[in-house]
Amino acid sequence: MSALPIYATTGQKIWHYTFRVIVGLILFFLVAPILIIIPLSFNAQSFFTFTPEMLALDPDGYSLRHYRDFFTNPDWIRPLQNSLIIAPFATIISVSLGTLAAIGLSQSHVPYRRTIMAIMISPMIVPLIISATGMFFFYSQLGLWMESALGFSRSFTGYVKVILAHAALGIPFVIITVTATLVGFDHSLTRAAANMGATPTQTFFKVQMPLILPGVVSGGLFAFITSFDEVVVVLFVGAAAQKTLPWQMFTGLREQISPTILAAATVLVAVSIVLLTTVELLRRRSERLRGLSPS
Amino acid sequence: MAEQMMAADGRTLKSSLNRALRRQKLRALLLIAPLLLFIMVTFVIPIGQMLFRSVENQIVSDTIPRTVQELASWDARTDPLPDEAVFISFAKDMMTAVEERRHTRLGSRLNYENAGISSQFRRSGRDVADMGEVIADQFIALNPAWEEPETWVTLLADPDWIAADPDDRPAFELSDTARTALPRTSDVYAEFARLAQDSPRGLARSQPWNMVYFALHEDLTATPAPDLGTLASPLLTEAATAASGFETESIRDAFIASSRGWGDTALWQTIQTYSPPYTASYFLTAVDLRQTPDGIERAAENQQIYVRLFIRTLVMSLTIMGACILLGYPVAWMLANLPSRQANLMLILVLLPFWTSLLVRTSAWKVLLQQQGVINDLLVWIGLVADDNRLTMINNATGTIIAMTHILLPFMILPLYSVMKTIPPSYLRAAKSLGATNWTAFWRVYFPQSVPGIGAGSILVFILSIGYYITPEIVGGTSGIFISNRIAYHISSSLNWGLAAALGTILLVVVMALYWAYDRIVGIDNVKLGG
Repeated sequence: MSALPIYATTGQKIWHYTFRVIVGLILFFLVAPILIIIPLSFNAQSFFTFTPEMLALDPDGYSLRHYRDFFTNPDWIRPLQNSLIIAPFATIISVSLGTLAAIGLSQSHVPYRRTIMAIMISPMIVPLIISATGMFFFYSQLGLWMESALGFSRSFTGYVKVILAHAALGIPFVIITVTATLVGFDHSLTRAAANMGATPTQTFFKVQMPLILPGVVSGGLFAFITSFDEVVVVLFVGAAAQKTLPWQMFTGLREQISPTILAAATVLVAVSIVLLTTVELLRRRSERLRGLSPS
Repeated sequence: MAEQMMAADGRTLKSSLNRALRRQKLRALLLIAPLLLFIMVTFVIPIGQMLFRSVENQIVSDTIPRTVQELASWDARTDPLPDEAVFISFAKDMMTAVEERRHTRLGSRLNYENAGISSQFRRSGRDVADMGEVIADQFIALNPAWEEPETWVTLLADPDWIAADPDDRPAFELSDTARTALPRTSDVYAEFARLAQDSPRGLARSQPWNMVYFALHEDLTATPAPDLGTLASPLLTEAATAASGFETESIRDAFIASSRGWGDTALWQTIQTYSPPYTASYFLTAVDLRQTPDGIERAAENQQIYVRLFIRTLVMSLTIMGACILLGYPVAWMLANLPSRQANLMLILVLLPFWTSLLVRTSAWKVLLQQQGVINDLLVWIGLVADDNRLTMINNATGTIIAMTHILLPFMILPLYSVMKTIPPSYLRAAKSLGATNWTAFWRVYFPQSVPGIGAGSILVFILSIGYYITPEIVGGTSGIFISNRIAYHISSSLNWGLAAALGTILLVVVMALYWAYDRIVGIDNVKLGG
């Protein structure tokens, strides 16, 4: 497929190029919907399509008004802040617990390894609506208990509930990425460290951690984006005070669709491009460190 | 016998090894334990609780315990209506339930099984306080002391409880003598006292419910006559003699007067059928069946929605899966066969949607597919579609399928790509050099080797799509929604949580079966993210 051999027949040539066009169209289908909202978000009107002014590339057809709304309207600012509070905490919990467990799972003799793995991956597999339903009942009881027995404020328990729920959802991603990094990990390195007198803690922080760090960080990014992008569970577990950005977008899409959503979407696309680049760079670095040829 | 090998510390080598192994296992488990515990508490237990909710039916026996007990011996075939005793128990249960505002909840629960019941509960909830008034008035006419809350407290409360500091009294306690001498009165009064104690007026200033007087009348006229023992006071003896001469009232008539529905056999049959603490009724409803006194039968034609919805969910998920295979296969092939530099660039085009927020992608489709949206504008501009005849591509199944195919496509491409990367291109060349046409070479040599990738991608896409909620909710309208949307509706709007749990359980079983298959075929460990 890579290059057309010199002896190819006309039919083969036609097929070769048709195939490329087909693949091109599929890729267009994948990427175009995401990219098209970027110019649309600069629309000076409150329309969801290109106005004649925009098509004529008239500068008056474009404006930053939807962005101004996004960054000044409390309806959008509050959710953005909430997302930025919830996601990092959820990530910290998933990453710390997940990394330890992945290291445990990578040891050579773990009883019931398969079952444990299946349980830990299950939050990714169980349909979100079912997780949300289960959590809805459980966390409302937990919240009441925290408020009455521990005397926490309502808004604090609200955040705790959402953070715990999101942490559970992010864990499979951490487990998967860190386990993948550990597959290529040379265990003789930890033995060598122990041999030279390092304590297990020192070995972990000075030898093992730097080597698996790329996996941990990309797992963390996955966990972060899971929480940052999650809407079903927060819809059921959270109260209005914990409204997150995706929740606000969801309500906006369902009730009154305002073009500010497009500005919000564009900002999120920018965030995902940054995250994607980071993960990609980390993956290559990790492969280089482990002596695999970067693909 | 062969000498056993010894380790340096004098143990046998075998036990020494075992010990080391045990320590290693323990260390691994200690590392895993915190997360396992966390997942168990925050995820597995909540879901288990939800599954339990799908069969739980304690609300009936918790809210009207006496009625449930009395009703057990009623047979609808011999008596069209339960006897007076059932209605009296029901009035007592309702008094407590109304005071605690639980009767409407029971009404809505039973309403799922027999539409209209909830309004009976609501209506009689207002009237039940008046039932027994005829008896109460006669007690008070006999001796005004019966109107005083104090009289009742001295009659029925435990002496130690009365002696306690009135400002800081523990929960109300009946005296043992009252409980044996006046069982019915004590029973109703205890509930009244518990609620009155928590009310702002307090027990000392609340006149008992009419049903308490009614119960006292029942006790005093019971055969054999109660042995009042130490309770006997001039007041009570006087009432005991007068009680048999009181004008009585029928609680059954009072209920039927309050709301005609209580005279309906079917209503009482419903209550009787749903008395047990566990029920299969939610599951039956979830598959369009219903439990009636005569056994299980199909739900009414216009209520048969769930089986159709399950089938639609499956068909649409299969369609989406098929579309993903069709669109994903060429892309994955191309990725696997391009030189790595170009393949990496192309991979980024696949990963960008994968990393983009689900809400962003859904909003993009909502914007694109609208009647006044970009795609329709484009089609009108090209001239394919008339301006007044724009395509309806949103708020129906088409919208859901297009948007979800787009959203799930990367989950098909990535596993396919990772399998195709391992197929050596020389196989195809070998097939061709042996005389196979392009198509034969692909179909007989390449395709069979890529099947594991198709399997992995398909199960992944299917599992994800079958439980989708957000996208169908936004672009699906009414004809493009999935079973998940119905579950969400029952959780947040109709509040029929048992049914939501039953629907969720069925969905979960399907997904778990697929998950198990996926683990068998692909292995959970082999799930890869981002290439």
